[in-house]
Amino acid sequence: MTFPWLTTLIALPALGAVLTALVPSGRGTLAKQVATGFAVLTLIVGALISLQYLFDVDMGVEPETYEWIPELGASWALDLHGISLALVALTVLATPIVALAMWHEAEDEKRDPKAFFALLLSVEALTLTAFLSQDVLLFYVVFEAMLIPLYFMIGMYGGPQRRYAAVKFLLYNLVGGLAMLAAVIGLYVQSVEAGNPSFFLPDLVALDIDTTTQWWLFIGFMLAFAIKAPLWPFHTWLPDAAAEATPSNAAFLSGVADKVGTYGMIALVLPLFPDASREAAPVIVVLAVISIIYGALLAIGQTDMKRLIGYTSISHFGFIVLGIFALTGQSATGATFYMVNHGLSTIALFVVVGFLISRRGSRQVDDFGGVQKPAPKLAGVFLFAGLSGLALPPLSTFLSEFLVISGTFTRYRPAAIVATLGIVLSALYILWLYQRTMTGPVRPAVEGMPDLRTRELAVVAPLLALLLVVGFFPKPLTDAIDEAVEPTLVEVGVDQPEPLAPVAEHVEEGTGR
Amino acid sequence: MNAPTIEYAELAPLITIFGAAVIGVLIEAFVPRQLRHPVQVGLALLALVAALVQVILLAGTDMVAAVGAVAVDGPALFLQGTILVLAIISVGLFAERRLEAGGDAFAPAASSLPGSEDERILVREQRLQTEVYPLMLFAVGGMLLFPAANDLLMLFIALEVMSLPLYLLCGMARRRRLLSQEAALKYFLLGAFSSAIFLFGMAFVYGYAGTLRFGEISEALTANIGQDGILLAGVGLMAVGLLFKVGAVPFHSWTPDVYQGAPTPVTAFMAACTKLAAFGALVRLFYVAFGGLRTDWQPMLWAVAIATMLVGAVVALTQTDIKRMLAYSSIAHAGFVLTAMVAADSTATAAILFYLATYGIATLGAFAVVTLVRDSGGEATHLAKWAGLGRRSPVLAATFALFLLAFAGIPLTSGFVGKLTVFTAAIDGGAAPLVVVGVIASAVAAFFYVRVIVLMFFSDPAPEGPTVAVPSLWTAVGITVGAAATLLLGIVPGPLLDLAQQASIFVR
Repeated sequence: MTFPWLTTLIALPALGAVLTALVPSGRGTLAKQVATGFAVLTLIVGALISLQYLFDVDMGVEPETYEWIPELGASWALDLHGISLALVALTVLATPIVALAMWHEAEDEKRDPKAFFALLLSVEALTLTAFLSQDVLLFYVVFEAMLIPLYFMIGMYGGPQRRYAAVKFLLYNLVGGLAMLAAVIGLYVQSVEAGNPSFFLPDLVALDIDTTTQWWLFIGFMLAFAIKAPLWPFHTWLPDAAAEATPSNAAFLSGVADKVGTYGMIALVLPLFPDASREAAPVIVVLAVISIIYGALLAIGQTDMKRLIGYTSISHFGFIVLGIFALTGQSATGATFYMVNHGLSTIALFVVVGFLISRRGSRQVDDFGGVQKPAPKLAGVFLFAGLSGLALPPLSTFLSEFLVISGTFTRYRPAAIVATLGIVLSALYILWLYQRTMTGPVRPAVEGMPDLRTRELAVVAPLLALLLVVGFFPKPLTDAIDEAVEPTLVEVGVDQPEPLAPVAEHVEEGTGR
Repeated sequence: MNAPTIEYAELAPLITIFGAAVIGVLIEAFVPRQLRHPVQVGLALLALVAALVQVILLAGTDMVAAVGAVAVDGPALFLQGTILVLAIISVGLFAERRLEAGGDAFAPAASSLPGSEDERILVREQRLQTEVYPLMLFAVGGMLLFPAANDLLMLFIALEVMSLPLYLLCGMARRRRLLSQEAALKYFLLGAFSSAIFLFGMAFVYGYAGTLRFGEISEALTANIGQDGILLAGVGLMAVGLLFKVGAVPFHSWTPDVYQGAPTPVTAFMAACTKLAAFGALVRLFYVAFGGLRTDWQPMLWAVAIATMLVGAVVALTQTDIKRMLAYSSIAHAGFVLTAMVAADSTATAAILFYLATYGIATLGAFAVVTLVRDSGGEATHLAKWAGLGRRSPVLAATFALFLLAFAGIPLTSGFVGKLTVFTAAIDGGAAPLVVVGVIASAVAAFFYVRVIVLMFFSDPAPEGPTVAVPSLWTAVGITVGAAATLLLGIVPGPLLDLAQQASIFVR
């Protein structure tokens, strides 16, 4: 029997969460150290696992299946493929960074920081399970269960309106989740009727479901994922949650946890309901384009920095969904790659904004001005993170955005053209934000603002380095993603339009800049 | 004429409980007052545990006992076992004496006038009401018989044996006695009405089929053609009686008042066990006796299930009392169970059995938590008083949150698996629209469960808020068992699901 790598990857943060919770109260620092330690351990295991997929080093990582509820045909089935690899890598990377970033945030509150850290690790374990799960019931269970720790993270720590934001977050997502529950059961009943009761994803993909049923099930799943991801018009919980949660919590929420929604679209919805996906694609594409433009326009109008970043995320999620439902290999690869890059870039932005907020005690744009004079490093980092948000080459975000748009262009030309407007708008909101906060005359309240400390640099540096490195050297990751995306699209059964040029060439083109 | 044979071994659990109840009455007459409480508690526990062991030993039996009047089969034994486990925990809640300074949750003498000098003297003397234990045993006996009854007469007798002690128990609260007595009277009057209607329905069915046995009624359905009117009237009227007991809309109006007014340990016992017994009887009657009529009664159950889920969930939103809120939540849950019942097959039976078991244990735990949150006036059941409980007593609040999440059907709790199984049975049985309504009702219901969690964890505690009493081992064990079962059955539900599936075939 080989070493259960994937189960270990999930068990580590879960164990860490329990141990962190068991640290006696009052020993806040110890709790943080335990939590961060486990997050780093998870990162190491995750890195070892990805060696096999990115660089063909044989680590002995294999799909794992154990019995869970045999009465229902549900199992603890895990597997790793290119799409999940990208997201697992993002999750294990983001967690220690977020843990470090929240080091002081949690302390500002009257509450014991240990709950915050224990909840973070439990969300990591649940998110990893969602990305690795090959069992639809298991996926659903963790998809819903992760709402509870996130809800407490928003509701117990955060801004003055945090209760409202937490309840809104939970109820929106619960409604989606319950719709999905009905669809999960409906899907299961299909397998019962086919004579093989099972929740195992490959079994369910092999089912031949008639188109009407597919439509109903598709709606159930998509509602849940569109709320989670979030897609216009199901997005309204995100700006509130992003504004009220602590910055690093908001970073984890929109950077990592929400990716379960887009992951579900590409890894579950497309292969499970190919006919419905194909028929519904134009509608979803329209919603995605609306998200892109709407999110960007509202971001421009925000005066609250965290809310602003929340709206930029809606715009970016629009790109991801557009890439998935354009149903071309290029756009789907781009979308998956986009999930990783958006994660890195959003976390960087939220974290840097968090530093600003903790220094000034305000999240209003108007309260800042001329920060680059007293705190040049902070301003530089902010600009870097911002530029990654507007997808400037050679940062990795550029590549993914380019892949999505060029992939979409071959099938939905108008959508791709309108989406391109989103890029222009993103330059506007980022640069205008930078201009208002960092440049201009130094505001009295900002004078004497301390520059980045070592811990803070340690938090941001890896993110920015990754954005740069992945931008220059994306091939292992895009290849791994490509390998997984291909079979998914074959399952959907769309004719691949002749790409303008093969994917690999675009990658080269991108790196050449 | 031969004397009928009675299968004593197969009826042993029933005989044990009824025997112990009778002995309990004798203890009231002959044992000195100081000794009564420990003796009664000991007897009740002994009888319940003995009956549970007997039920376990009977597992796998599949027969009709007592000349066709009592079924000893999978569903009956499963429900009897569950009811006994819940009753054992309930006895612990009944016997809790640390919360009321030497007293328990019951009025020292139910006949003394509320607020009178008599009452004050009794309280000062720390007089305990010990008649509750034999009453409870009679109720448990009725509950064991109810889901096992295999003919109409036995069904009615079980209904009455189960209900009459409960009417009394409801009126015995130590605090807020007028509310409690009002609840008892309301429960009694409405219960009497529903029993009468039930009896009326029985008469119609008997008139149609010429027999009281479920199996023979089922045969008569195919033999007698052309008298459907009288039969359908009978089925409808009997359904009213049983739906009243499970608290389904539109026969639910007693539930909130009775749940609120009754002493909380009695509410816990009643909410958990009565629902199990009544659903057991309902399912057996409709599947075994009226199974051939399913196309006739399914539309009725559709309507009742939809109304029950929606009314339960929506009205619960407006409640400000925790016990009333849990009452409406129990109504909504009855609706969820009814969605599975519409399917009318063995998958549905298994789903209902599993759901009832998990719901029962979580309900017991939730009400046990309610007994601990107290202020000077007794239990602080007003929701506003629960604000900030999570800061004052994080473990208790977290436990209560766990029960609420289970009621809301969040994964990793038993409530989720229960909901999954009943909805699966419903879709499998062609009732997908019911599941859609169920999902909507769940979403509405989630809101008020979440509201309580928000209140407990995110609100600041009120300066003169209630305190959390430290319970004795009795209540602590009850809450711990409830929480552990809720979590465990959410993560590894396999064994209980397997048991429910094996127990899902009715003897005919």
